[in-house]
Amino acid sequence: MMEYDSLIARAAAEMRPSGIRKFFDIAAEMKDCISLGVGEPDFKTPWTIREAGIDSLQKGHTWYTSNAGLAELRKEICTYLKRRFDMDYEPAETLVTVGGSEAIDMCIRALVNPGDEVLIPEPCFVCYNPITTLTGGVAVPIPLKAENGFKLTADELRRAITPKTKLLVFPFPCNPTGAVMRREDMEPLAEVLRETNVMVLSDEIYAELTYGHERHVSISTLPGMRERTIVVNGFSKAHAMTGWRLGYACGPQPVIKVMTKIHQSAIMCAPTTSQYAAVTALRSCDSDIESMRDEYDMRRRYLVQALNGMGLTCFEPQGAFYVFPCIKKSGLSSDDFCKKLLYSKKVAVIPGPAFGECGEGFVRISYSYSIKHLTEAMRRIRQFLDEECGV
Amino acid sequence: MEKLLKLLESDARLSVEELAVMTGKTPEEVAQRMDDYKASHIINGYRAIVDWERAEVARVQAIIELRVSPRRDCGFDEIAQSLAELEEVDSVMLMSGGYDLALVVTGKSFQDIALFVARRLAPIDGVLSTATHFVLRTYKRDGVRFGGDPHDERECVL
Repeated sequence: MMEYDSLIARAAAEMRPSGIRKFFDIAAEMKDCISLGVGEPDFKTPWTIREAGIDSLQKGHTWYTSNAGLAELRKEICTYLKRRFDMDYEPAETLVTVGGSEAIDMCIRALVNPGDEVLIPEPCFVCYNPITTLTGGVAVPIPLKAENGFKLTADELRRAITPKTKLLVFPFPCNPTGAVMRREDMEPLAEVLRETNVMVLSDEIYAELTYGHERHVSISTLPGMRERTIVVNGFSKAHAMTGWRLGYACGPQPVIKVMTKIHQSAIMCAPTTSQYAAVTALRSCDSDIESMRDEYDMRRRYLVQALNGMGLTCFEPQGAFYVFPCIKKSGLSSDDFCKKLLYSKKVAVIPGPAFGECGEGFVRISYSYSIKHLTEAMRRIRQFLDEECGV
Repeated sequence: MEKLLKLLESDARLSVEELAVMTGKTPEEVAQRMDDYKASHIINGYRAIVDWERAEVARVQAIIELRVSPRRDCGFDEIAQSLAELEEVDSVMLMSGGYDLALVVTGKSFQDIALFVARRLAPIDGVLSTATHFVLRTYKRDGVRFGGDPHDERECVL
């Protein structure tokens, strides 16, 4: 009999399983349950992109591509980043990956030695911490505050940096809070970073989904930051291509080269069909992005007002497709709030602590759902607060 | 305010307050705009989309292709307007292609519609021919899928 418990690598065994998996399995089985838990667009991939994928298959493009990705795609990525965000990258500074997630993994593995500290502003997407730990690094959370709009401040950053700090994860626009760092918010951070050798992993997967007149600004475009930043982006959110698993990283060539070397051993190359489809996504789908963003924006405004109206204080998120209301008024912990809401009103939302301990007192609500879904969900949450919490 | 029209077209029961926050206008502006749309017949009514089959109410629908002779000075308008007067007729549309007008007609039974075509439609002056196609089942109407939306395949992920 094999004793698997003793065979599994310690670091892997110690990875915390997702506490909410079971919770959402229950939700999935529940009839008439409204789940507001997903982290992907409700839109289907625009047809022209799907057609480009089909066309590549019909033409028999079914082999591996070069490790770093199709030359044509890397060139298009650079053109797109220039056009949309005024970022300057060369194809040789670009690596095409299996989703943004792989780019994050490659970046951390390329930079972090055992014992190196990785600063992770929380609440945030859940992968940075385990990947850091598996690499032998030390994850150092920086708890962000609601009163700062969940933005990272220069003081918080300065206090967290030690001689062991190797990397700052910079995940904005942010999942789950929807916080966005504007240029003026980032300038003081850049000032701190320029005096150090700390590298920045800027996860910009939601870059296209910012609301209001100001466009997303990449920290890499601030003076002195390009040389110390790896930008991660991808097609999942902006182009509604989650299932195609395609992302990319751009950064200084010496780092991208090493990331490509690891990628070559671990992955070989990103899916070929997805890469061909992505060329079309970048060339001809800006208007699809705009119309999806308009729709998200409308839902966002609706949710913020509805939640504030029922006493769940919700700061106005400026990006991504999540709202992160404070549920402290209910008198319940985040976990209890989510469980009770699920069992009594069949609405599933995600407890804030799933994204870091400082998320206690908050829940994440995704608005990648139709208005019809959202209005019904808000009606049920309002009833829940009236009946169960006396709010 | 195309946004407002699109929202109302997808769900006319959204409140003025909800519509206002979604479109970034004040409730007063939205209410005023809705009144204007009604007055200028841009909005021609608000109604439910009913699946009569599911309600088990006997109702038959047919699409009728009509070839008609256009009249001097008013083309197809006059005959289209007089067809629109008929109670059984739900929709009247001027078409391109092999026929001129398409009607959507509702009755209680197939025979009901057949009699309507034979007795009321065919004899109208200017009607050259009719071709009646009965609707056997409706899967989607006005952008709404009957029987509910398809199952959301997406998994809950962080």
